[in-house]
Amino acid sequence: MPAGMVIVGAGECGVRAAVALRENGFDGPVTLIGEEAHLPYERPPLSKQAMTAPDMPLARTILDAEGFARLGVDFVGRNPAARLDRAGRAVHLGDGRIVPFERLLIATGSVPRRLALAGSGPRIAYLRTFDDALAIRARLRGNCRVAIIGGGFIGLELAASARSLGAGVSVIEAQPRILMRGVPAEIAAVVHDLHRGKGVEIACGEQIASIEDETHHILIRLAGGHAVEADLAVIGIGAIPVTSLAESAGLAVDNGIAVDDRLRTSDPNIFAAGDCCSFPLSVYGGRRVRLEAWRNAQEQGALAARNMLGADESHAAVPWFWSDQHEMTLYIAGLADEGRSVVRRDLGGGAFILFGLAADGRLVAASGIGQGDTVARDIRLAEMLIARQARPDPSALACAGTKLRQMLAA
Amino acid sequence: MTDWIEACGAEDIDEEDVIRFDHAGRTFAIYRSPGNEYFATDGLCTHEKVHLAGGLVMDDIIECPKHNGRFNYKTGAARGAPVCVDLRTYPVKVEDGKVFLQVG
Repeated sequence: MPAGMVIVGAGECGVRAAVALRENGFDGPVTLIGEEAHLPYERPPLSKQAMTAPDMPLARTILDAEGFARLGVDFVGRNPAARLDRAGRAVHLGDGRIVPFERLLIATGSVPRRLALAGSGPRIAYLRTFDDALAIRARLRGNCRVAIIGGGFIGLELAASARSLGAGVSVIEAQPRILMRGVPAEIAAVVHDLHRGKGVEIACGEQIASIEDETHHILIRLAGGHAVEADLAVIGIGAIPVTSLAESAGLAVDNGIAVDDRLRTSDPNIFAAGDCCSFPLSVYGGRRVRLEAWRNAQEQGALAARNMLGADESHAAVPWFWSDQHEMTLYIAGLADEGRSVVRRDLGGGAFILFGLAADGRLVAASGIGQGDTVARDIRLAEMLIARQARPDPSALACAGTKLRQMLAA
Repeated sequence: MTDWIEACGAEDIDEEDVIRFDHAGRTFAIYRSPGNEYFATDGLCTHEKVHLAGGLVMDDIIECPKHNGRFNYKTGAARGAPVCVDLRTYPVKVEDGKVFLQVG
């Protein structure tokens, strides 16, 4: 068999890359290698609809067997890549199979950071896969008490889902506030109050001293002296990039598999994209970042595919993501910590947007929250302004009557 | 022949924008194009049932606010991943400054 394009990792990023290879006219062999038993599926619903849907949820398949057949993509599931042989240009799979490649994309994603002192057991859970989601869902019924360790997006989305099912929910966060990473304090405060209003208990600045499995429940002792009793603890304290395949093959790793703006690793025939890679963000002068976001995974997968075919395109996208929290949704474009000053725009109904401006007046971030998708459109327009490195008038940004679209046209 | 339903005032929608319109348990999205024409589609994205009215209109495209799926709102045609199922469209007319939909 001639060597073709091989993708390791069958999440959103890897699948998007496989599709993009065909969309861009590549007609040689394409192999997509995944380690899970399921067909590739969407992860965003796992913390939300997969928990709350009244009927047993099905994984939301991104591409089914028919789709793979139609595209002529060889999907190899349940078979993790065990070793990367760069000299021989081949990937060795868990079952011993050897897949040669002309160009390789590593899209292995990230896995939950483990909390060592939690150990493992039936009452300790992490959320990454569909099977993880089913396991948590199975325990969330009835008058369950769930402790969520970590007040980040996964933890808080899960808190909202669990609470809507009637579970008692306690969130324990080590940092002084929730959503410390990437979300401005004013917006985190709204999310905090929203959860409190729904009956979610939130304890910030609390270190965990111990987690004891007492057979019928677990007891989480906090360093401050309090204790939380729960039937289930879900740990959401961040994710770490899956870099072992790249690392053991000697590829450069720097908070993720290090790639250039073309998503190329230190080996010109090997690319990396999505949660597993760190890359220079051109809009911020090449600042190296690693993103864990659905759209980034998609865009980078598609871009890596084009570059594997020789397009030589630079990744220029602005980070963008959203998170559902009860009936509100927050949207963020850009990286909030790039801002040196902040302009607030109130949209009514409690919705507002915080624009972050750099010292030279460039718009570098926009973070908003409101009922449903109230702020979605403005954040999307702000994202375009950020990409253009626009310097909008701060007083116009503050005024809800001034449409962002007009600034974009200016 | 189904009836025309009065949905909103023509000026309730900005140019190159969209609003949500709920009627008889269904939800629709009504668009005003940059060329000042009006169009209507089903209100929910065919991908994850997100209200399209929260999304951004760019020329003849509506972009889903959550997953960036894109449709041509004039024809309903899905414009690539993650959306692959077209949107249903509905006839629209504007009379006396009011927008009417035929939702049958």
